[in-house]
Amino acid sequence: MSVPQTFEPKIVAFVCNWCTYLGADLAGTNRLEYPANVRIIRLPCTGRIDFNLIIKAFELNADAVLVSGCHPGDCHYTTGNYHARRRWMLFRELLSTLGFDLNRIHFTWISAAEGKKWQQVITEITEKTREMGPYPYLAIPDASVSTVDHGESTA
Amino acid sequence: MSRIGIFTCWCGENIARTVDVEKVAKAVAQIPGVRCSVHYKYMCSDPGQSMIREKIASERLDALVVASCSPHMHLKTFRKAASLAGINPYLVEMANVREHCSWVHHDQEKATGKAIELIRMSVEKVRRNHSLQPIKVPVTKRALVIGGGVAGIQAALDIADAGHEVVLVEREPSIGGKMAGLSETFPTLDCSQCILTPRMVEVGQHPLIRLYSYSEVQSVEGYVGNFKITIRQKARYVDVDKCTGCGECWNVCPLKKNLSEFDFGMGYRRAIYVPFPQAVPARPVIDKNACTKLKKNGCGLCEKKCLAKAINYKDQDKIVEVSVGAVVVATGYQLYQITQDQANSRLSGYGEYGYGRYKDVIDSLQFERLVSASGPTGGVVKRPSDGAIPKTVVFISCVGSRDNAKGLSYCSKICCMYTAKHTMLYKHKVHEGQAHVFYMDIRSGGKNYDEFVRRAIEQDGARYYRGRVSKITEENGKLIVRGADTLAGVSLTVQADMVVLAAAMRPAKGAEELAQKLGIGYDEFGFFSESHPKLRPVETNAAGVFICGACHAPKDIPEAVAQASAAAGKVQVMFGHAEMTREPEIAMINEQTCAACFSCVHTCPYHAIEKAEIRTPKGALVKRTARVNPGLCMGCGTCVSVCPSKSADLEGFSEEQIYSMVESLV
Repeated sequence: MSVPQTFEPKIVAFVCNWCTYLGADLAGTNRLEYPANVRIIRLPCTGRIDFNLIIKAFELNADAVLVSGCHPGDCHYTTGNYHARRRWMLFRELLSTLGFDLNRIHFTWISAAEGKKWQQVITEITEKTREMGPYPYLAIPDASVSTVDHGESTA
Repeated sequence: MSRIGIFTCWCGENIARTVDVEKVAKAVAQIPGVRCSVHYKYMCSDPGQSMIREKIASERLDALVVASCSPHMHLKTFRKAASLAGINPYLVEMANVREHCSWVHHDQEKATGKAIELIRMSVEKVRRNHSLQPIKVPVTKRALVIGGGVAGIQAALDIADAGHEVVLVEREPSIGGKMAGLSETFPTLDCSQCILTPRMVEVGQHPLIRLYSYSEVQSVEGYVGNFKITIRQKARYVDVDKCTGCGECWNVCPLKKNLSEFDFGMGYRRAIYVPFPQAVPARPVIDKNACTKLKKNGCGLCEKKCLAKAINYKDQDKIVEVSVGAVVVATGYQLYQITQDQANSRLSGYGEYGYGRYKDVIDSLQFERLVSASGPTGGVVKRPSDGAIPKTVVFISCVGSRDNAKGLSYCSKICCMYTAKHTMLYKHKVHEGQAHVFYMDIRSGGKNYDEFVRRAIEQDGARYYRGRVSKITEENGKLIVRGADTLAGVSLTVQADMVVLAAAMRPAKGAEELAQKLGIGYDEFGFFSESHPKLRPVETNAAGVFICGACHAPKDIPEAVAQASAAAGKVQVMFGHAEMTREPEIAMINEQTCAACFSCVHTCPYHAIEKAEIRTPKGALVKRTARVNPGLCMGCGTCVSVCPSKSADLEGFSEEQIYSMVESLV
């Protein structure tokens, strides 16, 4: 697969309002530079994240997705992050079965005090995704279109 | 929303240095539905805000996006500005182009591009916002205080002194809690009852405090501002209103050998009894498991002696319902049960210390009763086995506490201090006696606390050994205590007459059940969880329920009292308004499409969703549905993602909004 020189991955981050969003704010306050490829979508809690959103993001050409919330035990809403984690454990199996590349979906905990971690996570994900190249989402085998060959998917 | 205004802020140089604001403003003006797009040096300043208001009026805007700093910084500011200009505050969104863009990216082209995308996302979101009105919840200005120990007493008096009604529920026949049984208190050695009993009397006589002693909270319904509490008043067999507290009944009761709960089994009481002389209310109860009249219709002496005709052998539990607006939980603690036979196998007890096997091994609360002037021995230190005055006493700290092997990892915080106090009280009563203390660390943080421990060692000659006791055996009436002094590097044996175990503090019995009734959190040990460990230390995750005292964590009297006043303060803040205002960004359920699977009911961390039925005017069942209680919902949205029929949604973060935000990124 040829990767264009100018490839800039699109990364969508679904983050909770109380920990990771504030962690990203702290990265800003501390002027911690990281690649400009991430787009944050603020939600009240990781428990609010419907994992269909992740599929949607890939369908719309995202190259990687990050889900991040409060550390276990720190959830602003007591248990929302546990629900998210449980759902994620099931969902990743399902995604894997469907042929999604799990290397493109990241799940992490970043607290309001971890601006540095936010910087590291985003930098790492961006670099990793840049190496992997654009995500050929449309190459997922589709029973109705038998001619699609994922080896030749568009970049 | 078709007349959206976009206000891009320079934040001085903070945004404008890396983001080309002019270019941004021009680009986002092209988004369909955007009526005007302007930029200004400081949007949050007065001129910035008045510019927003002017634009709202001149351009007849119906929604705003402010592209500036984090919504955690200024969302409230801009919502207020919009609201002053007549726009619903919930039709304002922010795009965080400072913390998430200009401050973290140096490449101007990339940062500018990202800023445009962030604003486009916010436009797509605000387009789908709804006008919301803050939820008003009426408040019943009456508080329930659960637990009548020193924390509950303080909270009840503070709330009542502020002019609000208080319902105080105490499980035991009298208020006073553990503090009423203490001898003297550290670090001042003032007599515990002397400082507490006037407060108890004050509670008993306060016109705004309704005291339900010998009662328990049976059920809790409703939500903040509007709780319905059912209280079970246990059968006392004595009419509290008729009784004068003269004492004739308990003086004639022939059943003298019932172990006193108040004395922790160190003394006896009759079958009809007041737990201690200063009890509030000073009215007796009959122990139905001891009384011969109640068990086999014998005796009946107390009824014959009672001139006030207050004895009622046919008494039954009574159920009382009260409505309250707020609840203060102050259920306190109990000591770790040291004996090995425990229902909870996780807490396996200390067989090696011989508690329960050797009569002269007692716990710290039992020792309090032994040295108390009002105690079973009248304040003379007599050991339980033969009544002899112990000449050597060993005190062992951290019994249960900080012991992962026994299932309790935490420090009970007050044991170092009361053990030092015990050695002093003992020395003051038995001058020729010698106190030995085995400790792990001495933790004496607090005003005058470390000085107090130094006094115990330097003035009253307590011998402290840093080390654990491995085994206690009994030989010829002596307790042979084998332990280690790790600082001297020797093992040592003390021949003691009595051993006092500083057992860990644990939440009161039934704490977990009560937490479940109230919908508040508790930790692995059963201590109630505060809403935030630093900033909301007396609030819980159930709105309108506050905690104070040792039910939250081990703490001493001054801390429990301070926390009780804090909880009372929070209640007064609530009661300062006729109605409470709550954020309207909460969950909603489409009752037409709800399939009544109730997944949301099970996942809601706040028990804010209930099962409901839709019926025709004639009462026939149309369908079952889940329904959100707006008084309880905190807006986390967990219900939205578990709903299989997509009937649940969250105001302000609706499915439509989030999906359109993702779509706008393409």
